[in-house]
Amino acid sequence: MVANLGYGALVITFLVSLYGIFAAMYGVRKNAPAWVDSARNAMLLTFPLVSLAALSIIYLLVNGHYEVEFVASVTSNSMPTYLKITALWGGQAGSLVFWTWLMSAFASAVTLRKWDRDREFLPWVIVVALVTLGFFLIMILFFENPFARIWSVPLGNPVVSLFPPAGGQLLVQSDGRGLNPLLRHPGMIIHPPMLYLGFVSFVIPFAFAIAALATGRTDDRWIRITRRWTLVAWLFLSLGLLLGGRWAYDVLGWGGYWGWDPVEIAAFMPWLTGTAFLHSVMIQEKRGMLKHWNMVLVILTYDLVIFGTFLTRSGVLSSVHAFAQSAIGPLFFAFIGLTFLTSVSLLLYRWNSLKSEAQMTSLFSREALFLLNNLLFIGILVVCFWGVIFPLISELVTGQKVTVGPPFYERATAPLFAGLLLLMGIAPLAAWRHSTAKTLGRAIWKPFIASLVVVILVLVEGIRQPAAILGFWLCAFVSFVTLYEFWRGAVARHRKSGESLPIALWRLIGRNRRRYGGYVIHLGVVLMAIGIIGIEMFQTQTQGTISRGEQIKIGDYAIRYDELATFDTPDGRNVARAVVSVFKNGEYLGELHPRRDYYYESQQQMTIPGVRSSWENDFYVLLVDWQPVTANGATFKIFNNPLVNWLWLGGIIFILGTLIAAWPDRDPEPMAVQSRQPGYASAKA
Amino acid sequence: MKKTILALLVFLALALMTAGAALAQSGNPGEPTDDQVNAIAKQLYCPVCENIPLDVCGTQACAQWRDLIREKLGQGWNEAQIKQYFVTQYGDRVLATPPARGLNWLVYIVPPMAILAGIYILYRAFQSWMRPPAEVDVKAAEPVPPPADDYVLRLEEELKKR
Repeated sequence: MVANLGYGALVITFLVSLYGIFAAMYGVRKNAPAWVDSARNAMLLTFPLVSLAALSIIYLLVNGHYEVEFVASVTSNSMPTYLKITALWGGQAGSLVFWTWLMSAFASAVTLRKWDRDREFLPWVIVVALVTLGFFLIMILFFENPFARIWSVPLGNPVVSLFPPAGGQLLVQSDGRGLNPLLRHPGMIIHPPMLYLGFVSFVIPFAFAIAALATGRTDDRWIRITRRWTLVAWLFLSLGLLLGGRWAYDVLGWGGYWGWDPVEIAAFMPWLTGTAFLHSVMIQEKRGMLKHWNMVLVILTYDLVIFGTFLTRSGVLSSVHAFAQSAIGPLFFAFIGLTFLTSVSLLLYRWNSLKSEAQMTSLFSREALFLLNNLLFIGILVVCFWGVIFPLISELVTGQKVTVGPPFYERATAPLFAGLLLLMGIAPLAAWRHSTAKTLGRAIWKPFIASLVVVILVLVEGIRQPAAILGFWLCAFVSFVTLYEFWRGAVARHRKSGESLPIALWRLIGRNRRRYGGYVIHLGVVLMAIGIIGIEMFQTQTQGTISRGEQIKIGDYAIRYDELATFDTPDGRNVARAVVSVFKNGEYLGELHPRRDYYYESQQQMTIPGVRSSWENDFYVLLVDWQPVTANGATFKIFNNPLVNWLWLGGIIFILGTLIAAWPDRDPEPMAVQSRQPGYASAKA
Repeated sequence: MKKTILALLVFLALALMTAGAALAQSGNPGEPTDDQVNAIAKQLYCPVCENIPLDVCGTQACAQWRDLIREKLGQGWNEAQIKQYFVTQYGDRVLATPPARGLNWLVYIVPPMAILAGIYILYRAFQSWMRPPAEVDVKAAEPVPPPADDYVLRLEEELKKR
């Protein structure tokens, strides 16, 4: 009953979406506001309808309706209620509904909020949002139906379908298979919604870009309207990526946070184009340049979002066969191809109206450096995309699969990331338009000298790897430049207005939150880079089997195996928990409890490390194996991860910076297009 | 006297045996350590567990592969031989990166080529931008810059235009 209700709601949503697309286009074509209003109502109606469907799934999940295949595949009786609710995004079918739910919420919010101000754009925004929504609904209704039930048939295996097959009886099961234990971690509960929020919010700037192209209003109004949306999308996507990294570090049991897995890369790619877009959009706002490029970036981001959504859950890119056999693979690709071609055609159609309003006047200007930054981000994107796609190409052409693993990505992207750090140090000191090597040099020399002091300290510490020295120098340089920028701004304000320095700093940030929020983000990136250099270049590890009372040494550290207990828990786990004592230079530091959780229902296990964290390092111990029954001997894997906690601290500062940049202004957003430099006005058109 | 000689001979024989045993022990390469196994396993991927290196994969099949590495190391094989053994058995996909031959060259060539193409496009774009078009008002193309070293002026200007 509830399953039928949910499915019915989705069918109606699909029909409403089709109607909305038609009504909006017809309304624009015939200049009939009543049709456009009707399209808006259709858009608004999708939200309660998809909510009804999503709530139906949640009802089925929470109440253990295991006759529904999706429910049986992601929940079980022993799971607590909150996990049953979050199981909505624990599988492909539910994830797609969740995506659609967020999409309809965001698109509805846009049409509610902006209706009176952006009437010209909104019919097209509705078309783009509803086309996207409609595509996901097709996926759900015809290929990944979360309401499909399990039927036993007189002959043969049970059948999964929404409606009963001939002679089919509903197969009522008493328990489900339960959620993959890896997905029960708090990081994994929050990580997918954050990513999806990021993905979905990036559809909004794309929709406005298409609206700008469709209506011919190709000035930077669409950028101003969607500026905050873009930042919010970027915030969620960044948060999703960070949480994913933390989750991997905590539960995957390999001592790392990022494995260059295609699923991770899929979420990273729209972030790369989104970051490039956030920078290059400033050039359009300040100088009226790069209008074509910004369109390209926003189109790429949208299609990478769709690609990412598809790749994260489907797993069909793992082989050509999986792709060919999956119904949704070719459809996703067709949709991506179609939206890409349509968007690019529109862009070409409006090409001439997107001409730059200004000239690049200096290679050392901020806009020139931002362009270089874009080149590097796109370079990283090419590496990522090529690495993900190449195994498929190889299999298709030669029939042989290859693995493109972390060494490829690390080698190819490291110089590009270093280049980005360098630009992060130089660009804030460059002025728009008229920077020269001389003025830039004058601004840079102080932080540069200060950063050399750090190099000396690094050398004194005994670090000799050139890559690490370069990395630490870049971190120091960017930090000093950024702090110097805060300092210069605050001092200038203090001198001018007589405010105390802290107040001057506070008000300075308040006057242009995007600029100074951006600098805080840069500081976050620097801290993250310190953590990454630490763990990537200085990580040490060892593994050994020892008896009770024996020790394993790694560097200055040692662990002693004290005891091991195995026991069952009420939530269906068998836990093996070891107690080890940690020593540094012979001095006792404390106990750690690495453990292995085995989930009976799903027959899967999870390795939870015992970690001792400090600003200096993480001492990370995994229980690999032990002698059954007596537990006299056990095997441990130990990682010493230097500086890794700077990565997490940097992540928090990064998010804080994004919040500062995205925080709503007290004043309403500017209504009219602001005029730029008077000198450029005559260059227009 | 005879007894003394016999005792001496027995002692010598025992000493030789002990020394022999000790020598035999020191000549034995010994059981490979977990770290030696992991150092090689880290560079290999089994065909089933997508994208999980062998040293951290928890499946039974991967544990057997690790045992195989241990066995081969015990037999005196080196790293290259062991990797080659797995490649022969299971194909190139067991390696973390494709060996640079044939079509695989593309994996290494395409990204740098794309980036070089990007640099070229950017270079050309800069060239065309830096050349002020004839029809544009000279004033528009070359705005009078404010005093370049006046930080306060520049900051004010930048903060104004959000």
